[in-house]
Amino acid sequence: MRVSTKFLSDYIDVSDIDYNDLANRLALIGNEVESVEKITTATSLVVGKVLECKPIPDSDHLHVCKVDIGSETKQIVCGAPNVKEGINVIVAKVGATLPGGTIKETTIRGIESSGMLCSLEELGIESKYVPERSKGGIHILESDAKVGEDVVKYLEYDDTVIDLELTSNRSDLLNIIGVAYEVGAMLDKKIKLVDQTIKLDGTEINDNLELIVDTHNCSLFLAGMVKNVSIKESPNFIKARLMASGIRPINNVVDISNYVMIEYGQPLHFYDYKKLGGKIQVRMATDNEKLTTLDGIDRTLKETDIVITNGVNAVGLAGVMGGLSTEVDDDTCDIVIEAAIFNPMSIRNTSKNILKSEASTRFERGLDPNRTYMAISRALELLKKYAYGTIVDGILVHDNSIKEPKVINITKTKICTSLGIELTNEDILDVFRRLEFKVTKEEDTFTVTVPTRRMDISIEEDLIEEVGRIYGYEKMNGTLATGVIKPGKYDSMYKYIKNLKTRLTSIGLSEVITYSLVNKNTISMFTNDKKDLITILDPMSEEHTTMRYSILPSLLEVVDYNLARNNKNINIFEIGKRYYKEDSNYKEEYLLSVAMLGSNDISNIKNQRLNIDFYTIKGKLENILNYLGFNGRYSYDTNEIPKEFHPYQSARILVDNNFIGYIGLINPSINKNKIYMFEINLEVLKSLKVRGIKAKEVSKYPSISKDMAFILDKNVPAGDIIKEIKKQGGKNVSASVFDLYDMGDKKSLAFNLIFQDDTKTLLEEDVMITFNKIIDTVVNKFNAELRNK
Amino acid sequence: MIEKMNELKSKLNEEIKNISSTRELEDLRVKYFGKKGYVTEISSHMKDLSNDEKREFGMQLNSLRNDLEVLFYEKKNILIDKELRETLEKEKIDITLPADNNDVGTLHPLTRITNEIEELFVSMGYDVVSGPEIERDLYNFELLNLPKGHPARDAQDSFYITEEMLLRTHTSPVQARTMIANQEKTPIRIICPGAVYRRDEDDRTHSHKFHQIEGLVIDENISMSDLKGTLELAMKHLFGEERELRFRPSFFPFTEPSVEVDVSCFKCGGEGCAICKGTGWIEILGSGLVHPNVLKNCGYDPKKYSGFAFGFGPERIAMLKYGISDIRSFYTNDLRFLNTFNRMDGEN
Repeated sequence: MRVSTKFLSDYIDVSDIDYNDLANRLALIGNEVESVEKITTATSLVVGKVLECKPIPDSDHLHVCKVDIGSETKQIVCGAPNVKEGINVIVAKVGATLPGGTIKETTIRGIESSGMLCSLEELGIESKYVPERSKGGIHILESDAKVGEDVVKYLEYDDTVIDLELTSNRSDLLNIIGVAYEVGAMLDKKIKLVDQTIKLDGTEINDNLELIVDTHNCSLFLAGMVKNVSIKESPNFIKARLMASGIRPINNVVDISNYVMIEYGQPLHFYDYKKLGGKIQVRMATDNEKLTTLDGIDRTLKETDIVITNGVNAVGLAGVMGGLSTEVDDDTCDIVIEAAIFNPMSIRNTSKNILKSEASTRFERGLDPNRTYMAISRALELLKKYAYGTIVDGILVHDNSIKEPKVINITKTKICTSLGIELTNEDILDVFRRLEFKVTKEEDTFTVTVPTRRMDISIEEDLIEEVGRIYGYEKMNGTLATGVIKPGKYDSMYKYIKNLKTRLTSIGLSEVITYSLVNKNTISMFTNDKKDLITILDPMSEEHTTMRYSILPSLLEVVDYNLARNNKNINIFEIGKRYYKEDSNYKEEYLLSVAMLGSNDISNIKNQRLNIDFYTIKGKLENILNYLGFNGRYSYDTNEIPKEFHPYQSARILVDNNFIGYIGLINPSINKNKIYMFEINLEVLKSLKVRGIKAKEVSKYPSISKDMAFILDKNVPAGDIIKEIKKQGGKNVSASVFDLYDMGDKKSLAFNLIFQDDTKTLLEEDVMITFNKIIDTVVNKFNAELRNK
Repeated sequence: MIEKMNELKSKLNEEIKNISSTRELEDLRVKYFGKKGYVTEISSHMKDLSNDEKREFGMQLNSLRNDLEVLFYEKKNILIDKELRETLEKEKIDITLPADNNDVGTLHPLTRITNEIEELFVSMGYDVVSGPEIERDLYNFELLNLPKGHPARDAQDSFYITEEMLLRTHTSPVQARTMIANQEKTPIRIICPGAVYRRDEDDRTHSHKFHQIEGLVIDENISMSDLKGTLELAMKHLFGEERELRFRPSFFPFTEPSVEVDVSCFKCGGEGCAICKGTGWIEILGSGLVHPNVLKNCGYDPKKYSGFAFGFGPERIAMLKYGISDIRSFYTNDLRFLNTFNRMDGEN
């Protein structure tokens, strides 16, 4: 809501307060201020009359003018196409400041020029407000402008606009009177309401007009009439105030409807009586009913739209925009005034589908029926005064509205405990007095009568807020909620992830967060599952249509983004959700996804680097699985690997034989950079039982270390040999690979075996028996050749 | 003989001066103490002396030995020191060459901010609770006093999946879920961190996915001043001890009264600067007392219970705290950006 402070001053005296202060204080009682701006910052502008206007011979557009500015006559060179003898113009005198700069004495084509004739744009006025006659040139003032007069005053541009950003509940502030009440409460000043001079009784209107309301979506409809109006430009104060409010002036009649809307908050609509005929009927539209609105657009309506008709055809889209067929134009003589209240939900629906307007914004949020009566009276008065019309006595009324104010009882205790402030009865009474709410008090209870303009107030808590904001939250001290306090605890999955993240960073992986809504083309990647996926009904772009099922495509994007920016050493993880639907249930599961590529420099100068390969990322995976307590419980196989992975450098990961995810190199057909990734399902992992940590006494007896090496067929997995060693060796033997040597079709694998018994010192000969048994088995079972002992 | 001994001592004193290595010193030692050394030569005179003279001579000789040994010993220590210094000097390195790398990753700045907020609230007895991102309209809007057709729904333009299901537009549905799930209707203290979604075009200040940390306290006699005190602690925790708080009345359908909370600018301390746009205050979050309709909808008697709720925006807090100007930075994950956060925070 753009508030003209001049308009506001009709209702409350704000002359003693700086407008920036006013704005700051408004913000502190809940009305955010977007800006505080003068209509124009120009100075030293006077009305001038062009006495003489001659073209400059060697120019195709410049004129030299003699301009009477009251005290003297100035010679001014003007380049505007519409300058001519006899018109009243805006003269910026030498020394005048305009938004574009300061006016100086100057010489143009050898001709002295003392000042400038101005367009409205040069005063800082938006071009949409410039009237037709002044478009593309200087502004031509009306003939009643007095030569020598201050232009800013004459045009009523000596105004400051406070642009309020209102919260959606405060529809009462969408008009000047409402803002005046608010400012009044804030400054503790009473507002001056204007007497309604036009009485609404009388029956003459019945001879001219008939009103039928055929829908419950119109609770109040008032129709009035004014005859013999003369259509012209509005007086300057109306034009200036409309401009200040962001509305383009059109003519005196149309402007009055907007003026009253800004003043009272009640949107009005004026019909040309001749075009309308003698009947107004309000009803719901029929499906596909046609209407051409004022903006010339053909609209197709629905059964849910409310229309105003002439008894047959729609002539207006109720609450949103009038129809073209009954528009007030330059030849309009008699007008019909509509002041009505429509169902906010219905208007909201229509304006959402068709268009939003100043009127619909107000209808959507609800209107005060008492104001509707005041507004039609005000419109009649202004039409009489500024459109020189004759009022037809009386109005037509359809009224099912509730006009009684709400009464709310509230105790002082309730107010004080809710706010946490000790207030006196006087403090509270004072707030309601300032707000102009009637209040009576009996014992501890206040009975508050809420004026109908404050539709946002309906329960005790609303009154508590009023007391809080008008009394001032700055006077409130912070306290801490008392009551029983127990230690805070984490949701268990949340805690699991929190701990895991710390571990992941400690092994060199950095956390990323990516979008959950992804392009549907990526959604089937990295999985063989055929789940029902979740798509958005009305996505904003192709890139974000579907809830992801795997995080890996997003990590690929992060990798590409970083590679494009020359960021090497990419070691990243994300813990996020996958989403799918199963038997009409929406599922969300946490995944851990990791991507690594390139080489991690250990030392630049020593030329030591770790080239990332399958085993690097396998190391990260196993570190994580060990951390989570699954040491010795995981295994790999190569069944059914999704095609996005390299078929020979990837695996399925199993924990206790439960499938938890995949690990491997990305298939070069997907991404040529050697990217290694894994993704595991944390929900499955967390559901598996992990025993608590139990310290085991370290064996007191010495261990014996022995190595063995075999030449094997190159396809024999090292893991199978380890398994066999452990199977043959039993619980006292552990084994690890310490050397791999590629020999073409064959390979050499060397193993280190540690023999350790917790109960006794092992004897060399006992160990050798086991050792030889293991060698024999491996040689026979894997067709291996023993390399050395 | 005594004279000879004194000469020998002076001789060694002279000779030892020119010795510059432990090896030379050893050679010199042989010259004195070796089989054919000076000392041996002198002691050979012993046999020519009478018994009395022998005793005297012996004492003199021992004294000489001692004196010479001391000279050798002192010189040896000096030389060892010198030689060690020389050896170490040869091992001199360029300490300005780059250090080896330690590969430790970093948490995402949003996780970091969330952790900071969580730690404070957990310490004050709040539970950390999660809820689904794919949410029912019922929990996201209706139970929170936002019935269908409510104009305030426009402010949270949503991604719908069906008529009834949507991506949650805020973490507030976890409030409703927690209240409903609490069968005994006992007091509640929770915070609910998580991702939320709104139909905004991604630009410098908007993101269709972002995060919130909802807070909810339900108990008897919870007041606005309790809210203020709690948030004061949070702001001091995040932005420094000197921070002050300001409540500006506002409107949210799920709270009444509702307030926007401003914190005094941590950069200029309230004088006015670019960060606070000259006002001295920074808008930080929305909060209020839980609307009685919300309490009622979730099975709590508004006559007995009251509560407050607030919603932190980790993106906004991170942007303010770390001076990040583009919200998209959180989701593009440029590693140079992320690595900025690979350290302990200092003072503002």
